[in-house]
Amino acid sequence: MTTTPVLQAENIVKELGAGAGLVIALKGVSLELVPGELTLLMGPSGSGKTTLLSILGCIMKPTSGAIRIANESIDGLSAEELARVRRDHIGFIFQSYNLFPTLSALENVRIALDVRGIKGFAATSRSEEVLREVGLGHRLTNYPRNLSGGEQQRVAVARAIASSPSIVLADEPTAALDSENGHAVMALLARIAKEQNRSVLAVTHDPRTLGYADRVVRIEDGRIVGEERRPEGINAPEITDLTKRRKLHA
Amino acid sequence: MIFTLALRNLLHDRVRLAVTLVGILFSIVLVAVQLGLYLGSSRMITANIAHSNADLFITTYGAKSFEDGGVLLTDRERHQALSTPGVETVVPLVVSFAEWRKPSGGSSRVVVVGADSDDQGLVPWSLTEGTLEDIKAPDAIAVDRSYLNELGVSGIGDTAQVATGRVKIRALTEGIRSFTQSPYAYTTLNRARQLLGVESDRSTFLLLKLAPGADVEKVKADLAQKFESAEVLTKDEFESRSLKQWLFRTGAGLALIGGAILGSLVGTVIVAQTLYSSTKDHIHEFATLRALGSSKGYIHKVILAQAGLSAVMGYVLGMSIALVILYASRNSSLPLVMTPGLAFWLFALTLFMCAISALSAIIKVTKIDPATVFAR
Repeated sequence: MTTTPVLQAENIVKELGAGAGLVIALKGVSLELVPGELTLLMGPSGSGKTTLLSILGCIMKPTSGAIRIANESIDGLSAEELARVRRDHIGFIFQSYNLFPTLSALENVRIALDVRGIKGFAATSRSEEVLREVGLGHRLTNYPRNLSGGEQQRVAVARAIASSPSIVLADEPTAALDSENGHAVMALLARIAKEQNRSVLAVTHDPRTLGYADRVVRIEDGRIVGEERRPEGINAPEITDLTKRRKLHA
Repeated sequence: MIFTLALRNLLHDRVRLAVTLVGILFSIVLVAVQLGLYLGSSRMITANIAHSNADLFITTYGAKSFEDGGVLLTDRERHQALSTPGVETVVPLVVSFAEWRKPSGGSSRVVVVGADSDDQGLVPWSLTEGTLEDIKAPDAIAVDRSYLNELGVSGIGDTAQVATGRVKIRALTEGIRSFTQSPYAYTTLNRARQLLGVESDRSTFLLLKLAPGADVEKVKADLAQKFESAEVLTKDEFESRSLKQWLFRTGAGLALIGGAILGSLVGTVIVAQTLYSSTKDHIHEFATLRALGSSKGYIHKVILAQAGLSAVMGYVLGMSIALVILYASRNSSLPLVMTPGLAFWLFALTLFMCAISALSAIIKVTKIDPATVFAR
């Protein structure tokens, strides 16, 4: 397993608003993500977690600082070029799942491949594969309204990993889920990091997620205030088996 | 997936889809009826010219239309034309408004068209009862079946008075309607002259057939040099002059075209409004697409696909209703006309209308900030 950083952020500053309403959301944040690790970004509300996630995910541009993704500097890239970087390297998981209500589970995954130019049988086959991987092989044709919150978030996870991105960014992935489903989704993210050698960064303030992390980065008031590496084997082993987990829920 | 997403977005809100389709439908029906009337009127106005067997027309100077020539040309012009190199035949034609007195009293106006069928200049082209031979009888006249009531007669054998003489209906045509609403009454050249009380060498138009290989423009120029009070026109020129007179000098054509433009505008506004509100409703989904890495072009294609699908559905519904109206108008005094060409251009117009309508929605999504995906 390589430990070369796939994402490097150096001295990121982000100012929001202007004049009297100016807020400095990030005050010189530096962070690296390496493959095979699930990193948790934890901090209280308003600490700058989501702003940092947006910047690392090339959705928002920093006011200053440098970001390199897969050895490519994203400084000065246009909105379309940033979209290309997201297509090539990043998968997103959102707190509210952000699934398309008019598309089935399979189609929700397929559309993420479609925007990357992967179409037809290859897209369908890959979508089925990742949905089976997250334990939803039996829910391919179901629409989001017919899926539980946990299932919807697993569709979102499948959508995020369908194009095999090197980085998966998750914004409060367990916030809208009950405890059981929250654990299931975290176990899934940990598996994705370990078994598929991806960098997974999850923004969270949910202490239940700590057991799955390889690394925990704490942020407060726009600054990184602490970082701890979790010892090997601390991941909650009893819930990494998704199949068992689903049976438990049933 | 672009079409799938576009179609699902449309079907997601059935009420809004219905409003969109009704907007397009009314627009298409309005434009189809207006342009159908325009086309129908144009055909009516130019029908006699189009069916005449002539390469060139000699008319009195300034004649504005087929019905407006006066009966002023003489044998002098005819002989001058015949002596022009390249001219093979010269056929006189008499056309004039005249009073039609109904057998039961009252009167109306007709356009007397006098030509000898043996000359092959202009003959009634859609006889359904009687023959061209029947029209050669001394008192014979042919009128269109659709005007029988208006002329106060019931069919073959009925008599009436036209201008100064009595006529008997010996043939009936079908589908030869008049834009001026004065029916055409076909008879022989000499009978027309008698009815109108003009001298026996007079005519309204001279229909010229040119010798094979003759240069139309050269013959036209040679003829024009010979006449001081007559004009030489090609068939196309005469048709467009007649159209200009009846459709544009009277304002009828402008009203029809104006109605068509208004229909397109109304349709565009309705579709634009519904597409914009649909885009606004799905804005978070478009922002998610953007966050997933889609290009702006991909999202624009989704909106254009929505517009295109609306156009196709609206066009099919609109054309279905327009065709019903078309069928219902077939026996009216001004039947609508639909041609494959017009149907094609209507479809192109619908697509264009919907594409223009998509602009406001496209501008809206162009401004999407993908960061809003974290704000939900």
